Amino acid sequence: MPAPKARGAWTNWSEPGGNRNSTPSYAYLERIMKRLLSVYAWLVFAFLYLPIVVIVALSFNKSRYGVSWTGFTLEWYSRLFANERVLEYLGNTLVVATVSTTVSTIIGTLLAVGLVRYRFRLQNGLRYLLYTTVVVPDIVMGISLLLLFAEVRSLIGWPRLSLLTIILGHISFQIAYVTLVVRARLMLLDPALEEAALDLGANNWRTFREVTLPLISPGVVSGALLAFSLSLDDFVVTFFTSGSGSTTLPLYIYSAVKLGVSPEIHALSTLMVGATILVLVLGVLFWRNRG
Amino acid sequence: MRESRGGSERLRLAWITVGPGAFWLLLFVLIPTLLMFVASLLSRGDFGTLSLPLGLRNYLRFFSDPVYLEIIGLSVWIGFWSTLLTIVLGYPLAFYIAGSKRKQVLLLMVIIPFFTNFLIRVYAWIVILQKEGLVNAFITAFGLPPADLFPSTFAVYLASVYTYLPFFVLPLYAAVERIDWSLLEAAYDLGAPPVRAFWEAIFPQTVPGLFAGFLLTFIPAVGTFVISDLLGGGKVVLIGNLIQQQFTSAQNWAFGSAVSMILMALVLLGLWLYARTQGERGMDQLV
Amino acid sequence: MEGTLFRGRRERRLGENVAVRLEGLTKRFGEATAVAGVSLEIRDGEFFSLLGPSGCGKTTLLRMIAGFEEPDSGRILIGGKDMVGVPPYRRPVNTVFQNYALFPHMTVAGNIAFGLRMKRMPKPEIEQRIAWALELINLPGYENRRTDQLSGGQRQRVALARALVNEPEVLLLDEPLSALDLKLRQELRVELMNLQERLGITFIFVTHDQEEALVMSDRIAVMNRGQVEQIGATEEVYEWPRTPFVARFIGDSNLIPATATEPRRVHTSLGEFVLDEEDALTLGQKVLLSIRPEKIRLFRDRPNLPNAFRAKVDDIIYTGSENQYRLLAGDTCLMCDTLNQDIQEPGHEEFAYDEEVWVVLPPEKLVVIENSEAKNA
Repeated sequence: MPAPKARGAWTNWSEPGGNRNSTPSYAYLERIMKRLLSVYAWLVFAFLYLPIVVIVALSFNKSRYGVSWTGFTLEWYSRLFANERVLEYLGNTLVVATVSTTVSTIIGTLLAVGLVRYRFRLQNGLRYLLYTTVVVPDIVMGISLLLLFAEVRSLIGWPRLSLLTIILGHISFQIAYVTLVVRARLMLLDPALEEAALDLGANNWRTFREVTLPLISPGVVSGALLAFSLSLDDFVVTFFTSGSGSTTLPLYIYSAVKLGVSPEIHALSTLMVGATILVLVLGVLFWRNRG
Repeated sequence: MRESRGGSERLRLAWITVGPGAFWLLLFVLIPTLLMFVASLLSRGDFGTLSLPLGLRNYLRFFSDPVYLEIIGLSVWIGFWSTLLTIVLGYPLAFYIAGSKRKQVLLLMVIIPFFTNFLIRVYAWIVILQKEGLVNAFITAFGLPPADLFPSTFAVYLASVYTYLPFFVLPLYAAVERIDWSLLEAAYDLGAPPVRAFWEAIFPQTVPGLFAGFLLTFIPAVGTFVISDLLGGGKVVLIGNLIQQQFTSAQNWAFGSAVSMILMALVLLGLWLYARTQGERGMDQLV
Repeated sequence: MEGTLFRGRRERRLGENVAVRLEGLTKRFGEATAVAGVSLEIRDGEFFSLLGPSGCGKTTLLRMIAGFEEPDSGRILIGGKDMVGVPPYRRPVNTVFQNYALFPHMTVAGNIAFGLRMKRMPKPEIEQRIAWALELINLPGYENRRTDQLSGGQRQRVALARALVNEPEVLLLDEPLSALDLKLRQELRVELMNLQERLGITFIFVTHDQEEALVMSDRIAVMNRGQVEQIGATEEVYEWPRTPFVARFIGDSNLIPATATEPRRVHTSLGEFVLDEEDALTLGQKVLLSIRPEKIRLFRDRPNLPNAFRAKVDDIIYTGSENQYRLLAGDTCLMCDTLNQDIQEPGHEEFAYDEEVWVVLPPEKLVVIENSEAKNA
């Protein structure tokens, strides 16, 4: 290995191209490292995808138990769709996700605008509250909301643990994510653009609608997508804020898994993975088209 | 709100934008947390309710009983080691993605598991590790006796690493993307051998992302109850499981609140240390 | 001279009315005072420049006129109406921003139409105005271009059209040329001047580039540390700087501390000088003498002129069109520029390094400045 010594590399500075010569001497070492890195990386990818592939494959397997392949079937899917409760849980999940995402996106976007554009007391406090909400383990949030709902209910007889309390809980953690995502986008926005709109006669509302909102819309959409998927995914907060009659898909999967492995759950999981991939790919294509 | 003359319009706008969010966070984050704190000072009442008197009894109970200290120790232990394993797997992966020609596709390949339902990801490991699972099917095919992999602590580690790997890779990737590679050439040029050059010129640039990724993996790993519940099969009791039990089967909300406060204190301590070292910009990197 | 000013050898007649009037305008940001009690009047149809180094408060002043900042005290009158507390969207002014601030999600036409749409102007009329504006800035047919397809100069023109199409009483320009390269900047200067003359709109132009201000303006306000140091016609500010800051900031100046020995006679470290100043000095008064490098005359032989003294050529800088001499007389250093002409007139000879020369500071070119720095020290 023609390893250059320190002084050699240094004196090479004086000659044109001398400094380039010292770097490629490591080139073959770099090539080996790159090869090793790619092997390692693909092993990690295999680790990431093995469980997903296994579940997808087993959902089409005839055998109810075990992992040996006994033939292709769609039976588990038809059984899943015949199960009215699963459809009800799916409905609950979508209602919770849609309502909570709508509310949290509006509130979070406004909050981000306020945090970036205006100075006020307690601003830092508010910001740290947002960070904390994102980072604190969801179980803490779940039980504190349970305490809130229980205490309020013992005082005024409302609210019963239901879809409403789940939605309230979801909005509470979604706001922080939406705000921080939109805020990141807003901080890239040149404040002169909004000033230009005001200067050209647009009042605050029209400035927001015609300039600010279109320009931060990628951030708002990302924030909303993130909020939506967090809601679909959430088990812990839902677990503590749900009551009878307000079961969501994650709650159902949890209780089913506690009972044991079943091919219907394989099928449900496969559908959910498929939906995730579909939404993400559509999202990527959407961004690509918008530049 | 601090505003100059003629700023009433701005004041109004500040209220309109910040008001709803601040109100919501006050009502559904801050007040519940305070409520939890108050609850942690109360005692268990009839039928899982709370009752007076106030006192530090729940905290004393927690810190005087070795069982609870063991639980918190195990939580931190498992959280720490699974985070370390995640780093070992994820750190090179972030470099590979950043250096690839098809980084968009590879990034999507990390994001897909990230967005896949958490319970499904945990469930998949049961399918793989259980007695009639994939691993044992493989082992028994060679005529070996089936291994007892599920439920176990090992399964908890594996599923933790699996679950939090994308949480770690994504913020780290953001840091790797911003690396100024000319520093590596500068280090070579000044005579540093490759490993040394990497360690001194490249690694420090990834430290903020590494910290963010560490925190995003470690905190949920310490606070989890689902992974240990489903894959530990009651053998592995973490702080999250303890809290959950207090609010469900044990019906001791006061003690459960105290344990939650302790968990939150632990997390805020970590966050505080992080903010001290990484500052404001580091906080934004967490998201 | 009232109402008539020279600009580029053309006589310009300004309106009688006051377009903008500032009274004791003050703005603080926390501890720092950005603008400290500025009062001035800008007349109708005037091309008025706010000139100063970065951080002198000129941009803050402009932003207060536009309505983006509210003053802590003082009044802003535009067309006679007090604008303090009036939001930007109700002020009869428009702004051209430093980095153009074109809306990236709109076409060129969309940008230009924005202000008109806000006024709820009917569509056909908007179309007409867009066509007129694009004609005005020499970019016809660019309606449907996206703003990121334009060059820097084109963006600048679109920003100008977007503001002008609203027919503002006053156009505010915040360093509009600073992001462009030199050649383009020089071209746009001329275009901007012609445009202003044609439309007769009052321009308030913020710049840190003294040349730009001298070339384009009718009058200049030189700002420093939140205060106006001097307001005057361009040549007045250049020829008769009233403070050491103005003398140094606009062009180059040699500043020589002096003490009055007679009403029109001063003592300096370079010797006794006679002055050609209308207002006389009081005995013992400490002042600064300012003289521009190009007004100093050099001779090989002793000339029969007042204010002559010996100095040594310490350095010569060749800039192409000029020779700049650094002269040393005792421990005083003077800069002197001479045109690099083919015909060598007396006083325009070429000199060599270390040559002993005769330096003449013509009395009519010496400007007496109050020595505010000596007082502070």
